[in-house]
Amino acid sequence: MTLNFEWLLALRFLREGRMQSLLILAGVTGGVAVIIFLTQLINQLQGSIIDRVLSSQAHIVIRPAEESALRLMSDAHIAANIQPRGQRLRSIDQWESIAQLVRNTPGISAVSPVASGPAFARHNLASKSVALVGMIPNDYRQVVKMNKYMIKGEFNLTGDQTIIGKDLANDLGVSQGDRIQILTDSGTQQTLTIVALFDLNNKDLNKRWVFTTLRMSQSLLNIPGGVSNIDLTVDDLFGAKPLAQRLSAQTGLLVESWMETNSGLLNALSNQTVTNNLIRVFIVIIVALGITSVLVVSVVQKQKEIGILRAMGAKRGQVMRIFLWQGAIFGALGSLMGASLSFALLTLFSNVYKAPDGSTLFAAQLDPNLVIMATCVAMIVGVLSALLPARRAARMDPVQAIRS
Amino acid sequence: MNMEHILQLTHVRKSYGIGSIVETEVLHGIDITLKRASFSALTGPSGSGKSTLLNLIGLLEAPSSGELIINGQNTSQLSDQALTQLRGHSLGFIFQFHHLLPAFNALENVMMPSIIDSQHLSKQQAMIRAKALLSAVGLENAFYKKPAELSGGMQQRVAIARALMMRPPLVLADEPTGNLDTHSADDIFKLMRKINQEQDIAFLIVTHDQRLAARCDQTFNLVDGHLQQKTTD
Ligand SMILES: Nc1ncnc2c1ncn2[C@@H]1O[C@H](COP(=O)(O)OP(=O)(O)OP(=O)(O)O)[C@@H](O)[C@H]1O
Ligand SMILES: [Mg+2]
Repeated sequence: MTLNFEWLLALRFLREGRMQSLLILAGVTGGVAVIIFLTQLINQLQGSIIDRVLSSQAHIVIRPAEESALRLMSDAHIAANIQPRGQRLRSIDQWESIAQLVRNTPGISAVSPVASGPAFARHNLASKSVALVGMIPNDYRQVVKMNKYMIKGEFNLTGDQTIIGKDLANDLGVSQGDRIQILTDSGTQQTLTIVALFDLNNKDLNKRWVFTTLRMSQSLLNIPGGVSNIDLTVDDLFGAKPLAQRLSAQTGLLVESWMETNSGLLNALSNQTVTNNLIRVFIVIIVALGITSVLVVSVVQKQKEIGILRAMGAKRGQVMRIFLWQGAIFGALGSLMGASLSFALLTLFSNVYKAPDGSTLFAAQLDPNLVIMATCVAMIVGVLSALLPARRAARMDPVQAIRS
Repeated sequence: MNMEHILQLTHVRKSYGIGSIVETEVLHGIDITLKRASFSALTGPSGSGKSTLLNLIGLLEAPSSGELIINGQNTSQLSDQALTQLRGHSLGFIFQFHHLLPAFNALENVMMPSIIDSQHLSKQQAMIRAKALLSAVGLENAFYKKPAELSGGMQQRVAIARALMMRPPLVLADEPTGNLDTHSADDIFKLMRKINQEQDIAFLIVTHDQRLAARCDQTFNLVDGHLQQKTTD
């Protein structure tokens, strides 16, 4: 029943100081709402940015050591421009054993060998510079989720079949079932049948990527049996960089993770996170000071009551807990109300702010873990903020209160 | 130790501002013995130290020196925790300015000492006892009234009921009638006297009213921190 007493007094005191209680509750609510809202917003935006970046990119790419300057996959056009004609593409020495080594490395969930290089695609009079991507569809699908991006046909091919992007198809005036000619610097050429079209939501890639079987690209690029790079998918997205460094040390090859390729973006994101954390810390401090000051005032106002309670046998600890409870109640109630408010804000924002194509930029979702964590933090902050006033209340001289 | 006595004070002194230049001794060696179920008055001019003495007996303050035995228990070695416990169980307080909790109704105010002590009665039993006490002081129609809705005399009755909640063997009252008109003061005094006689609870009452003091079993007169005389009927 002693818990009862402390609760009873805490609630009654809060009700008595209605205006103060409501104001500080509003403060906690606002603070928690802003923190949850910001965190949810930033997490979602960062998540979708990273998703977008990684949708068409391997987490880690292994290349021959000497070719550090060449980025055959995404910068194929640069390669086509600066590479002297006739120079043979370098392939990874003994790539099978390296692929095997990587497959056995923990933390790597997919391995896809790729033979990639510059070429020209022709149909009738139209000719376009493209990047050949020779791969094993089953492996490659694990690295880039091509199934999501197919607009015609399946991501699967054999022999003299090819899959191209919708923009290249437009430029060449071809569609599914048509045949195009592929020419390479080595002078080889081949006619391929288009079995499927993709749309990666990226005009550049839609214009450039021409998928063939691994064997077909190897022969077109004149690297029989070789691969220009090995693409990897990892389990832990943000562990990609150290993993890449380890693989590089093991193989002596050039191993680059998405984190290095996109270091600018990651910097921006981490700056955003730092700013968010700073804002959170300041809000927590302000809310904590608010709770403390309200309770300090309340303790002074309740001086007489505290004296009476002490005279009636209330122990110091009991008096102290009355005020600690108040801090906890502010925290708990404020964070629940704050979570609701932030959900309302998220719903509003997701309806008002949309991507240029009309799709929602983020969903109005509350991460339950975030809410639970915010509630716990708010309660702890509430109790800690109440500590100072509660100790003052516990140490108050009952005689002083009774005499006055 | 004498179990016949509810209170024994020996050579109790109280100084304020100890160690500072304004150190003043308010009580200069007080000896008082109260029998169980006795009814005593404490009188004296303003500033003579009556409230100070009552607060010492009430364990709200510690004496600077001397011995204080309440209900057979020597208090000089007790921790704050133990003092609080002894205060809650052995002493009831009635103050001049009633000192009720404004946020709680009369019934809750009377129940409060029991609510504070989780070991005491169940909530149900506490409520039954509190209602009986309020009825005994003539407030059977005011259970759910807040202190602000009650007259001064009624508030003091609630305070008396509250002081009796834990069945303490000794009730300390600091000018319980000081704030009331003569008629109400007389009623309150009679009520305390009745409780004293029916329930064998000892009372020590600070009062300025010589007529009331004369109706007590004994009177202690405090002048300048000295107990001047002790009259016993
Ligand atoms: N905390 C304190 N510090 C210093 N002096 C104090 C303190 N409390 C009381 N005194 C002094 O002790 C003396 C006795 O005060 P006390 O309140 O006990 O008198 P009293 O007999 O109850 O007077 P009254 O009839 O006016 O209530 C006074 O001179 C008062 O100023
Ligand atoms: Mg006094």
